[in-house]
Amino acid sequence: MSFLELRDVSKSYGQGPAQVRALDRVGLEVERGSLVAVMGPSGSGKSTLLTIAGSLEGPTTGDVLIDGVALSTMSRNEQARLRRRTIGFVFQDFNLLAGLTALENVSLPLELDGVGAKRAQRAAAAVLDELGLSDRAAHYPDELSGGERQRVAIARAVVGDRHLLLADEPSGALDSQNGEAVMRMILNACKGGVAAVVVTHDAQLASWADRVVFLRDGRVVDQTVPPPSPEALLGRTPER
Amino acid sequence: MSVRHALLGLLSDGPKYGHQLRQEFEERTGDVWPLNVGQVYTTLHRLERDGLVESDDSGADGPQKGYRITEAGQAELALWLRTPPDLTSPPRDELVIKVLVALGLPGVDMHDVLQVHRRYLVELMQQWTRLKEDEAEFDLGLALVVDAELLRLDSVVRWLDAAAGRIRRAGTEPARPTMPTPRIRRRLVARK
Repeated sequence: MSFLELRDVSKSYGQGPAQVRALDRVGLEVERGSLVAVMGPSGSGKSTLLTIAGSLEGPTTGDVLIDGVALSTMSRNEQARLRRRTIGFVFQDFNLLAGLTALENVSLPLELDGVGAKRAQRAAAAVLDELGLSDRAAHYPDELSGGERQRVAIARAVVGDRHLLLADEPSGALDSQNGEAVMRMILNACKGGVAAVVVTHDAQLASWADRVVFLRDGRVVDQTVPPPSPEALLGRTPER
Repeated sequence: MSVRHALLGLLSDGPKYGHQLRQEFEERTGDVWPLNVGQVYTTLHRLERDGLVESDDSGADGPQKGYRITEAGQAELALWLRTPPDLTSPPRDELVIKVLVALGLPGVDMHDVLQVHRRYLVELMQQWTRLKEDEAEFDLGLALVVDAELLRLDSVVRWLDAAAGRIRRAGTEPARPTMPTPRIRRRLVARK
């Protein structure tokens, strides 16, 4: 069963002649353990898709199911709990809290969810360690490089027992080395059983995904088929 | 790609046998460009004819015949390494031509045409990225080849995106290709 499912999701903003349809009957299924990239130009509905998948706003029509449960059947409180416990968000501009250290930023979502401070910090330290950031745990965001900040943001998104990672242009302002490190981390989280959706206009970023879905004018227009083995690329004869 | 200069490069750190050159060539290029042994010997003969390498005087080709680079070969290699390849003329890119031809055709949905190519390129990039994920971390030569391919393919996807934007701005009607001014047309012809 898919961990995240969008069924015929449409989203419109405004009314009457000024109405804009941001998403138009979009269907999307993401299993645990898989990374799906959503590609499209700006204005194609990518970010709207992500906010709806993350229950930050509701669809105009259609259903969003997380782990088989329709968000429309949940109260606001239940949705908020789902966001705290199950969904991790990663944004282009990191969104770390400046007054908290890396460790505190990562442990915060657990503490907000009622986990004791010590236990939350132990869990946060373990994730930072896993992501090679233990020596940065006591640093504040402005003492970290852009790449480190985004890695802390990913640690925050996967800490605890989150199963759905939603990322919006996660390597937006980073150089290619750091962008690659970010995508490797997201892919590793998937290997650990997370379902991830990355929206991006960047083909290099999208190429890390198991499946790439293309959006245009709010509609899914195409998707990649699973790529054949990379060995097919080898074995070409050089020119003289 | 110049097999000739790659072999000179491999010989610059000491004499080698033909089969050894082939093996080292493949290793250094991340096994992306296999080389058959006939091609190695043909190239070595030409290099010898041109005075860029010398061989042991042991008669026929075979595993026992060694080659070493000459001074002229070293000079040629040094010159080649620093000579930029010819990038001044735009290549006659088949994809660009397909899109230009499609622009003039009635009843063709340009965005569908662009999407077919975009998807193919992204699928190809997924394969290269898989290779990077699996192996390139441990193999510098392969990592460099993969980066080059990914950046090249990415630039084509970006061109498709830019084309989609331009076509969209030009209106929903199939756009008529605008003719370049005579001066620019002359320049394009000159750069063929």
